[in-house]
Amino acid sequence: MSFDQFLQYIFSGITSGAIYALTAIGFTLVFNATQIINFSQGQLVMLGGMTAVALHGAGVPLWGCFFAAVAIVALLAVGFERVAIRPLLRKGVLAQIIATVGASFVFETAVMLIWGRDAVGLPAFSGEEPLKVGGATIVPQTLWIVGLTLVIVVALQFFYRRSMFGKAVRACAVDPVAARLQGISYSRVVIFSFALTGAISAAAGVMITPISFMSYHSGSLLGLKGFAAATLGGLGNPVGAVVGGFALGIVEALGVGVVSAGYKDAIAFVILLLVLFLRPVGLLGAKVVVRQ
Amino acid sequence: MKAGTLLSGYLRKHAGFLIFAVVVMTIPAYLSDGYYLSVLAFMGTRFMMALGLSLLLGQAGQISLGQAGFVGIGAYGAAILTTRLGLNPWLAILAAAALSATIAGLVGVPTLRLKGYYLAMATLGVNEIIYILLVQLKPLTNGTDGITGVPALAIGGLDLGGPKAYHLVVWGVAVLMLRFALNLSRSRVGRSLRALHRSEPAAESLGVDTSYRKVQVFVLAAIFASIAGSFDAYYVHYVSPESYTITFSIILITGVIIGGLGTLWGALWGTLAIVILPEVLERFNGDVTNLVFGVLLIAIMVLWQGRGRGLLAGVKARRSKGLEQQAAPPGAEE
Repeated sequence: MSFDQFLQYIFSGITSGAIYALTAIGFTLVFNATQIINFSQGQLVMLGGMTAVALHGAGVPLWGCFFAAVAIVALLAVGFERVAIRPLLRKGVLAQIIATVGASFVFETAVMLIWGRDAVGLPAFSGEEPLKVGGATIVPQTLWIVGLTLVIVVALQFFYRRSMFGKAVRACAVDPVAARLQGISYSRVVIFSFALTGAISAAAGVMITPISFMSYHSGSLLGLKGFAAATLGGLGNPVGAVVGGFALGIVEALGVGVVSAGYKDAIAFVILLLVLFLRPVGLLGAKVVVRQ
Repeated sequence: MKAGTLLSGYLRKHAGFLIFAVVVMTIPAYLSDGYYLSVLAFMGTRFMMALGLSLLLGQAGQISLGQAGFVGIGAYGAAILTTRLGLNPWLAILAAAALSATIAGLVGVPTLRLKGYYLAMATLGVNEIIYILLVQLKPLTNGTDGITGVPALAIGGLDLGGPKAYHLVVWGVAVLMLRFALNLSRSRVGRSLRALHRSEPAAESLGVDTSYRKVQVFVLAAIFASIAGSFDAYYVHYVSPESYTITFSIILITGVIIGGLGTLWGALWGTLAIVILPEVLERFNGDVTNLVFGVLLIAIMVLWQGRGRGLLAGVKARRSKGLEQQAAPPGAEE
């Protein structure tokens, strides 16, 4: 592998890494608020992409599609929380897994029934003309993805560290009962977390669709990788989710260079298993993950 | 338990299983319609898969989202070993099952120490990887085209490829598996699984090696799935990767959930549901099937009181009082 090739792989790794990071943040937000792992997380990303494609097909301008998809999926996530998540809060892990898996089935099949089985794409946000960086090239969409991801991450940090409501959300993640005793509305925190997860996931879905096609079936693999990223960084730790996302993206891209593109999707899973074997708390460590 | 329940349980123990075994094994005597026989054969293998899953889910409270992957290993193992290496089909079934068991062990050991969703996510990954391998390992699996010309089962010179003979073989094995599962559930193993389902620390303090038990039942479920997959391959004479996606894994889970986790017999009713429901929905729009399954999964979990006992039993339990039943884990079988 020459240096230029290496650079090329790093660029592509950072691109998909940004998407994994956002998906991992989605897992983290829901997990911190509810202790639930949402098995339809990847489908929320898929829904974002598919909604934007449908709107774009209906003649809505690209940025309109972006914000509309973000808003629609955020609303959908709130509805999902009310219908399926709220009754599960006091139930066991098993019920939570099964219900969210059921939701992933509902999302996928609904998308298939409405928009068909074909993989679809979107035009890039600002042209397809590749930029030269060193001996490698970058498509402008990569800059959008990485840039917007960083904006989202920084905004989240500000929100959680500085705003009153952000602190309330963090308090609930630490101890919902104690937070409630301080007058924080747990229910509002959960709804908010779902809305935010829906919005961030949808943003990730819309941004990645111009680079890699989206179909009703893309969600499960995206979800798996997002979870691998979250676990790698340390489940429940938002900074870990970002670190894990980029690390996973880069390792995956280099793996494609070393092994073969056909096995690309297997790499995330191997990393997930290795982390669970060697260091279940992830790189940055987080909550105790062993049993109830 | 009251004496009356004990007695009726005792009677049911013999009657239920024996009636089921006799009925299912004599079906070919009065049914010769090829279509219904193949639907039944299809049901037989799905029942094996659901049974393994029912042990894992219902008894131990652990979930695998990747059973279709093990079914795929069983099917492809059978197809490859018999068509490429000319191995005896029965040996091929065992070899594929051994491979499935090994993979299940490798995945189960690191994940089953952790909370339930780690096994769920890891098995989802296993399923995805097995699918990728089936498509990518072209020299071995023939990629998306699949493998044709898988021979029928035979004993000595006796061909078991016909619908009636195959029915007897598949349901014979399924009945044996059910017996095995029922016995297991009543044994020390079954009791420790239900104990750890309810509280792992409590089970551990009573000397149950919870991680080991969980791995054990996970491996067993993988073996059941693998054997079922092999039988399918020998009946359909053809394997291709798209039969073994996560979608099928989730359909199997739907079956077990509809049938009810409280009893291994739930696997039977669940299998009926996932075989018949698609046939019915096909008359309107077959694509709706998975939507219905997804909604059912959510609805059953949302309405679930304590450890669910499936659709029918849930209604029954609600009518009869049963405060103590509400959160009770499944009882000993039969």
